[in-house]
Amino acid sequence: MAATLVSARTRPSRAITVSPRERSSFFSTAVLLIGALYCLLPIVWVLFASTKDGGELFTTNTFVPSTHLWDNIVELTQYRGGLYWRWMLNTALYAGVGALLSTVVSSLAGFALAKYEFKGKATVFTVLLAGVLVPGVILAIPQYFLLAQIGLTNTYWAVLLPQIVSPYGIYLARIYTSASVPTDVIEAARTDGAGDFRIFWRIAIPMMSPALVTIFLFQFVGIWNNFMLPYIMLGNDSLYPITVGLNGLLNQGSSVPALYSLVVTGALLSIIPLVALFLVLQRFWKVDLGAGAVKA
Amino acid sequence: MTTVTTRRPGARRGLATPWLMLFPAIVLFVLFFAAPIVYTLVLSFQKSQVKGLGLGSGGRSTVFAGLENYVSALTDADFLASVARVGVYGLILIPTMLGLALLFALLLDSKRTRAKGFSRVTIFLPYAVPAVISSLLWGFLFLPSVSPFFDIANRFGITLPDLLSGDAVIVAIANIALWGGVGFNMVVMYTSLKAIPTDIYEAAKLDGASEVQVALRIKIPIIMPSLIMTAIFSIIATLQVFAEPVTLKPLSNSISSTFTPLMTVYRDAFTRNDVYSASATSIIIAVAIFALSFLFLRVVQRRAFGGEN
Repeated sequence: MAATLVSARTRPSRAITVSPRERSSFFSTAVLLIGALYCLLPIVWVLFASTKDGGELFTTNTFVPSTHLWDNIVELTQYRGGLYWRWMLNTALYAGVGALLSTVVSSLAGFALAKYEFKGKATVFTVLLAGVLVPGVILAIPQYFLLAQIGLTNTYWAVLLPQIVSPYGIYLARIYTSASVPTDVIEAARTDGAGDFRIFWRIAIPMMSPALVTIFLFQFVGIWNNFMLPYIMLGNDSLYPITVGLNGLLNQGSSVPALYSLVVTGALLSIIPLVALFLVLQRFWKVDLGAGAVKA
Repeated sequence: MTTVTTRRPGARRGLATPWLMLFPAIVLFVLFFAAPIVYTLVLSFQKSQVKGLGLGSGGRSTVFAGLENYVSALTDADFLASVARVGVYGLILIPTMLGLALLFALLLDSKRTRAKGFSRVTIFLPYAVPAVISSLLWGFLFLPSVSPFFDIANRFGITLPDLLSGDAVIVAIANIALWGGVGFNMVVMYTSLKAIPTDIYEAAKLDGASEVQVALRIKIPIIMPSLIMTAIFSIIATLQVFAEPVTLKPLSNSISSTFTPLMTVYRDAFTRNDVYSASATSIIIAVAIFALSFLFLRVVQRRAFGGEN
């Protein structure tokens, strides 16, 4: 019985090439699939739960879908004049613009550190790299008070600016530039009269592109997931990213349970773009932390 | 010397070029890393003192406090309780998360496992879900009135423990972090496993070593540096747990405003307007994170590589 289950999953062409010692193992496959089911569970739940209205959420069987998904989306859209979609746009802005700027800043710095010899290089690199180990907690609160002094708290800048510099991004950019941009190519371009910044944009950037995608994705997910910084920086809920917005909505839900169906639908809609982006780009997620190299 | 340096791009050109390229990174680093750290340090040694009757904005002044804020933080029962709570949380979470991540990575690396593509992507998927959203989803799954588990168990006459009440809420939070983190760590470990040249263990297999033996004796020792890095990053993240308990708070009665050390910092800074205590507490947390990371690194290196000499 176990054997038939497994062989049904195995492609016939592949089964022929597999040697007897490497026959498929039911146990290994099952353990991994249980892990996968555990990871899917909350996502499957939210798919069903978002089809229910406020009352059904508490009364009906979880895995029986209802018909209120569209009503919930309409209600969510109408909630305080489309505030939810404003949160989604804000999140896209924070994560998209932030990650893009971060990638540019990291790749420039990484290129300079990898391809130039200059006094103070080792110090600059060490200090920037030490930033990897700095816990966010000792940054967020003083960042708030420093930005408050120049009147930037409760603005888009308060969330964007602190997340542009990424020590880990600079580190990856340096490692990857060393490995993938040959100094000879730079020398040749220079002999042809190209300036340093032109060499960077036209030659180094295309060669570094797999690492750049990785840096962009890391920063994008990092900013999208960041809760503490916007939670501290923002008071005006029209500037909130989705995480802070839904947290606030859930808080109100404890006194107005009807809001729970909005929270559930909002959670579902908010993970769709990120999950889609993630599935499309998942082949870029091959990061070797131990060796510090990016394989893409 | 000139023959050597002409090979290097920076030597012939203006020395300013690399600094120009580093300029944005350095400016932002100084503004958003260096300055905040210095500012926190300064604040942590100060306190606010009431002058005269303490009326109006001129009634308060900032004075040097020495180690007073540190002493009061380290003797504060709420803070110490939050540290103990996070300790238990880390002891539950980190071994479970890294153990499962390693198990899944080894299974993915085994030629005998099927449905690998599906499992790998699915287990990594939660990494794309922000902690707030995953706390929210699991929060509803834990909530007895909404949860399918409670619904199903009730049909069989079983009453499940309510993870949102009492001390069990630590398990609930650990589960959320496990769900979000296991896939990322799995991918890191799997990437290292993929980098091992297969001929290293093909020979062992020909000699009759089982898959499990190969995993324990060859694969795990080789990817030890990745395991150490994932453990250190997990320690750093664990001590800073914030989004999960803050999101679960409205669903649970047993999460106080000082449930984790970071929540204590937040409360001090923004609810009590005592930024000085908050700064001292955050310095203590940062030092603890550094100390734990280095201690772990020392212990592991002695265990893992001490036998080489």
